[in-house]
Amino acid sequence: MSKTYYDPADLRKFSKITEWSEELGNKFFDYYGKVFEEGALTAREKSLIALAVAHTEQCPYCIDAYTKDGLQRGVTKEEMMEAIHVGAAIKSGATLVHGVQMMNKVNKLDG
Amino acid sequence: MAKLKTQSLQKQGSDLAQSNRQLEILSNGIFQNGELPTFKAKISETSQFPLKAKKLEILQINVGYMCNQVCEHCHVDAGPDRKEIMTRDTMKQCLEVIKNSGAHTLDLTGGAPEMNPDFRWFVEEAAKVGIRDFIVRSNLTIIRANKKYYDLPEFFKKHNVHVVSSMPHWTRGKTDKQRGDGVFDKSIKALQELNAVGYGMPDSDLRLDLVYNPSGAFLPGDQMSMEKDFKKALMEDFNIQFHNLFAITNLPIARFLDYLIASENYEDYMYQLVDAYNPAAVANVMCTNTLSISWDGYLFDCDFNQMLELPVNSKAKHISEFNEELLEGRNIVISQHCYGCTAGAGSSCQGVVA
Repeated sequence: MSKTYYDPADLRKFSKITEWSEELGNKFFDYYGKVFEEGALTAREKSLIALAVAHTEQCPYCIDAYTKDGLQRGVTKEEMMEAIHVGAAIKSGATLVHGVQMMNKVNKLDG
Repeated sequence: MAKLKTQSLQKQGSDLAQSNRQLEILSNGIFQNGELPTFKAKISETSQFPLKAKKLEILQINVGYMCNQVCEHCHVDAGPDRKEIMTRDTMKQCLEVIKNSGAHTLDLTGGAPEMNPDFRWFVEEAAKVGIRDFIVRSNLTIIRANKKYYDLPEFFKKHNVHVVSSMPHWTRGKTDKQRGDGVFDKSIKALQELNAVGYGMPDSDLRLDLVYNPSGAFLPGDQMSMEKDFKKALMEDFNIQFHNLFAITNLPIARFLDYLIASENYEDYMYQLVDAYNPAAVANVMCTNTLSISWDGYLFDCDFNQMLELPVNSKAKHISEFNEELLEGRNIVISQHCYGCTAGAGSSCQGVVA
C-alpha cells in the first residue's frame, strides 16, 4: 500500500478507471474529451478555466495536468496565476457572501 | 529551469557529450525493465519495423556546430566553443550531390550556419543549382551579432533563400530563459529587418517561417493554434509578420537530455512521448525522405542521429560515396529518441507530419 494518499505516477493510470466500469468510464472520457474541444470557447481558454478549477478543487493531479497543458499551449505564467486568482476570488467571495447570512441571523436573534 | 550555461557539454567535459552515454541512458532504465516499450517494439506493433527510407526529397547539411548561442535545449550541443566546421572541399562534394540528386529541398543548418567562413560562397554556389526550396536555418540573433552579418537579410533575399528561424515564444521571458539573455530583443530586431526587405509578407515569395519548440519538459501544443497566437502577438506588439510556424518536439538527446535528467523530468518526459505515440506520424517521419550530412561529410538518417553518431545503415556512409539508389530503401537506424518525432501530430524540421 502506498505511504501517501497521492502519487504523481497515478495520473498516468487515470484511464484505467474504465477497467472496472467500462461503459461509464468510456462515457466519462468521451464527455471529457468533447468538453475540451474548441467550441464557443477556445481550447486555450478552457485550459485556463480548468487550471483555476483544479486549484479551487485542490486536485494535485489536475494541477499537474493543466499546468503542463497550459505550457503546451503557450500560456504564460502570468496568465496562469491570474486564472488562479479568479478561482481564489470566487472561493473567498463564496465564503464572505455567507457573511450576509451570519449578519441576517445576528440581526434576527440579537438585533 | 536552471541558469543557462555558457559552454557546450563537450567543453564542460560532461559525460553526456558522449553519444554512447546518451544511447545507454535511452536504452536502460524504464526501457530495459519493460516499464515502457522500446521504439522498435512500439513500431513493430503496427508492422512499421523496420522503418525504411523512401525517395530522397530533402538534403539537410550541417555546416558546423559553432554557434553564437548556447541554448538550453540544443540537440547539437552547439556553441561558440565548438570548432567542427565544414570545409570548402566538403561543400564542393555536397554541391555535386545537390546537382545530381533528385532532392527538391536543400536545408542548411548548424550551429549558426552563417558562422562558417565559406557559408556565403556555399549559398551562392548552391543557389545556382536552382533547387526548388533552399532553406537556411538562422537563429536570428546572428544577424545582429556583428556588423559583418548585418546584411544577411539582403544576402538571403538576393539568393531567394527560405529563412527558417527559431522563436520559442512571443514573450521576452520565455525566449530568454531558453536561449539566453537578450535573445528576444535581438530576434525581434532581426525579424523586423527581414520583414523590411520583404520576408514574411503575406504575398511575398520570400519565405520566412518560425520554429517553436517548448522551453521545458513538455510537448508542443497544436501547431495551428500556436501559429495563430504567435501571429497575433508578434503583429500587435512588434508589427512582425511571418508565414508558417513549425512546432517541433524537443528530442531527449544532448543538452535537452542533460536538462531532463538534472531537473528530474527524464522519466516523465519519456512517458509523455510514449503516451502521445501516434502510428500515423511514423509513416511520415522525416528520416524517410531526408538525408543528413555532417560537417565532415558523413551521412545520417537525421540531424539527431548525426549527433548520436548513428551512421546510415548503407554501404554509402560518406558524401564521397553518395549513391541515391543505394541509400533508398535502407533501414533507418532507431533508438528511443525517435519517440520525439512520433508524438502527437509528429515532429520534423518542417513541423508536424500527421
